[in-house]
Amino acid sequence: MDSSAIIATEGLAKDYVLGPHVVHALRGVSVAIDPGEFVAVMGPSGSGKSTFMNLLGCLDTPTAGRYWLDGRDVAGFGRDELARMRNAKIGFVFQMFNLLPRTSALENVELPLLYSGLPARERRRRARERLAAVGLADREHHHPSQLSGGQQQRVAIARALVNDPAVILADEPTGNLDTRTSVEILALLQRLNRDGLTIVLVTHEPDIATYASRRLVFRDGRLRSDEHVTPLDAAEALKSLPEEEEAVA
Amino acid sequence: MVLQALRIALRSLKVNKLRTALTMLGIMIGVAAVIAMVSVGTGAQARVAEQIQSLGSNLIIALSGSTNQAGVRLGQGSQTTITEDDASAIAREVPAVQVAAPSSRGNAQVVYGNLNWSTAIQGVTADYFEARDWPVDVGRPILQEDVDGATKIALLGQTTAQNLFGDADPIGQIIRIKKVPFTVAGLLSRKGQSAWGQDQDDVIFVPLSTAKKKVLGVSQANARSVGSISIKIRPDENMTDAETQIRELLRQRHRLQPAQDDDFWLRNLSEVLQTQEESSKVMTYLLAAIASVSLLVGGIGIMNIMLVSVTERTREIGLRMAVGARSRDILTQFLVEAVTLSLIGGVIGIALGVGGSNAINALAEWRTVLAPEAILLAFGFSAAIGIFFGFYPARKASRLDPIEALRYE
Repeated sequence: MDSSAIIATEGLAKDYVLGPHVVHALRGVSVAIDPGEFVAVMGPSGSGKSTFMNLLGCLDTPTAGRYWLDGRDVAGFGRDELARMRNAKIGFVFQMFNLLPRTSALENVELPLLYSGLPARERRRRARERLAAVGLADREHHHPSQLSGGQQQRVAIARALVNDPAVILADEPTGNLDTRTSVEILALLQRLNRDGLTIVLVTHEPDIATYASRRLVFRDGRLRSDEHVTPLDAAEALKSLPEEEEAVA
Repeated sequence: MVLQALRIALRSLKVNKLRTALTMLGIMIGVAAVIAMVSVGTGAQARVAEQIQSLGSNLIIALSGSTNQAGVRLGQGSQTTITEDDASAIAREVPAVQVAAPSSRGNAQVVYGNLNWSTAIQGVTADYFEARDWPVDVGRPILQEDVDGATKIALLGQTTAQNLFGDADPIGQIIRIKKVPFTVAGLLSRKGQSAWGQDQDDVIFVPLSTAKKKVLGVSQANARSVGSISIKIRPDENMTDAETQIRELLRQRHRLQPAQDDDFWLRNLSEVLQTQEESSKVMTYLLAAIASVSLLVGGIGIMNIMLVSVTERTREIGLRMAVGARSRDILTQFLVEAVTLSLIGGVIGIALGVGGSNAINALAEWRTVLAPEAILLAFGFSAAIGIFFGFYPARKASRLDPIEALRYE
């Protein structure tokens, strides 16, 4: 076992019981991810990549195998302990952004801190800081409906960062965005990664995966390939893309 | 944490104002109805209690009873069997008795100037007004000297005074009762209606001795006989025990054999009114029960809305769980939301109920009494409804699977 890994799994498996059938969604996956890696998880639907991500995100418990997150074995954790792990160690970015409607960007970013018991002043300070880090300092009081898709996703990334997590789990973060905005979001993620943040990104688009430095491919519940690659620089790619007005949703 | 939950709850209630208002309406109407109805019931109770007070709540009246002469039983008062001596014996020998005042009553035409009026003439002793808790408003009461000397003075009830004198001052005026001139010495305070709706103020009091000699006449059989004795029992004494002792004493004095019927009647007036009070209490409970049904319906409304809200906000719940909310946090949030909803509704309902009760009082001239305990109860009840009907939806929310919830469309 690589003790420096921030994420390490050993024979991780998950079965679902659907009526009389048992579905083996994940059939024993062993992988180690070091701090500062930018990993793309790929595979067709039904390959087990979503199940794998749910387990990494402490949203689900494995049927068998072990999972160390930041040195702690969480495979046997209960609901409340998992919630605490999610709160302290993981930042989620979703395809649908999942921002609270009719709630300001700042308050959306603050949300995870509500559950970690920080005083209000400290919550506000940190949320401001993260929002500025994603370039939305001037949008603090905007509601999600007043922001474009790209801006909404950046608010979501700020929310994922606000707890200083060990790892960011991004599930198809560009699935709802146009090409240019997608690359912008990837440029932001790459910048955060260069600053030392560990990122695991799920995508089914090979184009998007080219911006990650490591590629895990799943098929039929197993890890098919695991290769380190030289990533494209999103900031460079952006220069070759035609300038567009950001559509306001 | 609760403060946090309160803020989250208030925000989510603010986001959907119309739905919040409609849900609150149920609780508002329920609480208002409970308060208004209970205040109507309590008002009725207070009226009865006042009647008891005006009658003297610890009053027993001894009346001449029926007699059995050779198998023919005559009706109540057919023979004047009780006497002034019975009254003094009761006062002397029954320790529970504070005062026992004999009196006789009849009707007569009363004339003042060119006005005349038929009213009850009651011959009483000085003790009578103490027995009835009936103070003199203007002038002086009937004293022992008046009874001893058979003076021709009269005390007027308010109704009689109004009919004979209008607004003029009756004190010192001469009225004629059965052509006998009497000087008006005093005016009694207003007593109001008796328990059976009789106007107690339509009366003239004269000394018992004078009444017998000049107005009502003396019984042929017994010069000492009187129509009734008003017996006031000391405040802390048991009415039933006192009544038994008085009955024993009177039977003994009238030399009745164990097999013989009483030749007198004892009427414990407070019993009649206590029955009335009891029934108005039942009415209060009934009204409260009916109003509670609307409170219950309001509570079900809250549950309904909370269930819809949980379904509608499934993704929000999923997200909160993903960023670290425990089941407990979600439970608290939705519970606080339901309780906030019902408490705000409850407070508005209390305002409406108090206003409604005052309106009934003013417009319908139906006496209402606002009971603080009813208000507290309604408030506590609405909080309890929030918890009770909010718990199921809140628990449902807290048990959602975060993965399913995040994916919910």
